[in-house]
Amino acid sequence: MDKITMAHGSGGRLTHQLIRSVLQKQLGNAYLDQMNDAAVVPAGERIAVTTDSFVISPLFFRGGDIGKLAVCGTVNDLAVSGAMPRFLALGLILEEGLALADLERIIASVADAARKAGVQVVTGDTKVVERGNADKVFINTTGIGLLRPGEPVGPKRIRPGDAVLINGTIGDHGIAVLSEREGLEFQTPVASDCAPLNGLVDQFFGPGVKCMRDPTRGGVATTLNELALQAGVSIVIDEEALPVSPGVEGACGMLGLDPLYLANEGKVLAIVAPEAEETVLAKMLNHPFGRQARRIGTVTADEPGLVLLQTALGAKRIVGMLEGEHLPRIC
Amino acid sequence: MPLMNASEQKRLAERYLEEIRELATEPFTIMEVCGTHTVAIAKSGLRSLLPANVHLISGPGCPVCVTANSDIDRFLYLAAQPGIITATFGDMLRVPGSRQSLAGLRSEGADVRIVYSTLDALELARRHPAQEVVFLGVGFETTAPTVALAVEKAQAAGLANFSVLAMHKLVPPALRVLAEDPELHVDAFLDPGHACAVIGTIPIEFMASEYGKPGVVAGFEALDILEAILMLLRQRQEGRAAIEIQYARVVKREGNRAAQAAIARVFEPRDAVWRGIGAIPESGLGIRREFADWDAANKFSLPEFDAGEIPGCRCGDILRGRINPHACPLFASRCTPVQPIGPCMVSSEGTCAAYYRYAGPQR
Repeated sequence: MDKITMAHGSGGRLTHQLIRSVLQKQLGNAYLDQMNDAAVVPAGERIAVTTDSFVISPLFFRGGDIGKLAVCGTVNDLAVSGAMPRFLALGLILEEGLALADLERIIASVADAARKAGVQVVTGDTKVVERGNADKVFINTTGIGLLRPGEPVGPKRIRPGDAVLINGTIGDHGIAVLSEREGLEFQTPVASDCAPLNGLVDQFFGPGVKCMRDPTRGGVATTLNELALQAGVSIVIDEEALPVSPGVEGACGMLGLDPLYLANEGKVLAIVAPEAEETVLAKMLNHPFGRQARRIGTVTADEPGLVLLQTALGAKRIVGMLEGEHLPRIC
Repeated sequence: MPLMNASEQKRLAERYLEEIRELATEPFTIMEVCGTHTVAIAKSGLRSLLPANVHLISGPGCPVCVTANSDIDRFLYLAAQPGIITATFGDMLRVPGSRQSLAGLRSEGADVRIVYSTLDALELARRHPAQEVVFLGVGFETTAPTVALAVEKAQAAGLANFSVLAMHKLVPPALRVLAEDPELHVDAFLDPGHACAVIGTIPIEFMASEYGKPGVVAGFEALDILEAILMLLRQRQEGRAAIEIQYARVVKREGNRAAQAAIARVFEPRDAVWRGIGAIPESGLGIRREFADWDAANKFSLPEFDAGEIPGCRCGDILRGRINPHACPLFASRCTPVQPIGPCMVSSEGTCAAYYRYAGPQR
């Protein structure tokens, strides 16, 4: 049997076979192997929980696939909330007719990404819907992480004077997926930056780190706008400091896209106290996922709720939130 | 322009600005007539660097914005028919007609595809032989050459299920209308870089020779626009009026002969209705009779629509440069990028969209 059929979703023999031969085989651990209705896991008094669904098209792209994304997306939401990711629940909705080989490839990616992020998939669910009622695979992951002791991170802690740091280039994921979807071949191929950031955050986290976000859909621009509104401050981005790879720059120039609005899947924005900036930056640069880290902006009190761009020529203009649809089904 | 690093660019900009400040002793109003300039100026924040005496205003440079409501309703009618695949540049997707937009139709099941080039639309026709692919031909002389080539390719290949709904507009007749407008007070024009790359500057030299209005064809980087503004101020100071080219790396006085020839082979001038301006004789392009089989207006029987303007919407005055977006009572209140009322807000090159996006909704 090389394709997923409705019978695989019935809960009967075929479902069990699928779970054992594909899911448990790749993801097996002490919790998952118990195959109970719920996994009982050790967690502290304060836990962080997050959920994300992944409907990306295409399933496979340069730099990753829906499986890797499903792990990293949820791991990163936990990491930027100041939690240490530990456990994932994996929900699958499969379209009748999906090639088994594709499912195996995706689950292998999930397993690999989970290993690298140091998390375990402890429970899951698998459903099958009729052909046409889903687009090949939809995945939901719910993640649990242990909160670090100490003051929680969040926009309430942001103050004028704080520095805005990022760990590397922007727009890579958006362009990588768009290229694959539209069959665009650029001379400088762009790969998604999809990566688990908890290791990096472990490295640089400290009392000077006031708030973190991962700029996924809507890009850095939308995320900073959310922060500016939530914290009641303004943020000035330094255009010259924005790290954009030549491949993304070229693609954006040709397609009329702005890297500030493109999705990222391996980036963390960190708002840090001015006295902590140097140390945090040094620690970021010291990590494989932070080699192009830099400061890209400053928090100010001038125009609360607004994000501004200081252009290379010294002019200032507004960076709004993303209006309307940019690129659909990017994550 | 030689490749410069950031600090060299800053130094050059500062030199231009210094001379601009010296020369701007009297108010000087410059109108740009190219949507890409509208966005480039807004995105670069140039207005915040220029002295108060230099005013940059926008004209009818956004091809989507100047497409008449009746034309929009016509292509929406066609897009809703079964068996039709509508291929369009992205910025047409959300433009509202009397009731709907292509995006709205798409969510109701119409087959609407965004293409980056007309050749993609040809490819769609090859891949879907059982359906009719209609490409929406919008744009100034900039896009007309590739549309012309696509029509010729379709004819050569005998591709029967491809056609173009031609709604192209021409820059020189619009410039003449602006020059003749007694209510428009403009001292000079920033001329469109890419349209002029095709047509050259000869067709617009009448603006200087007949109406005494200086013009400079400008590129799209901030430094290009600053240099062009400086060239215009110098003309005024020297008491001259001429059409000069700042964008010399791309634009020649005679333009691109091959592109002009392609347009002439496939299209012919015809009267067109511009939103906000009304009918301008010989200001649009229609497909020649020998390509009638690839002319969607000929192939499909399309009803004539008589859609009027949207009540309260002041796109027309904005396109004529008579007011700026902040003077429209709907701007940023009822008319926003997410819920646009008129095309000036929904088009990515619309004046209202550029103001809202980069200068902010606050009045």
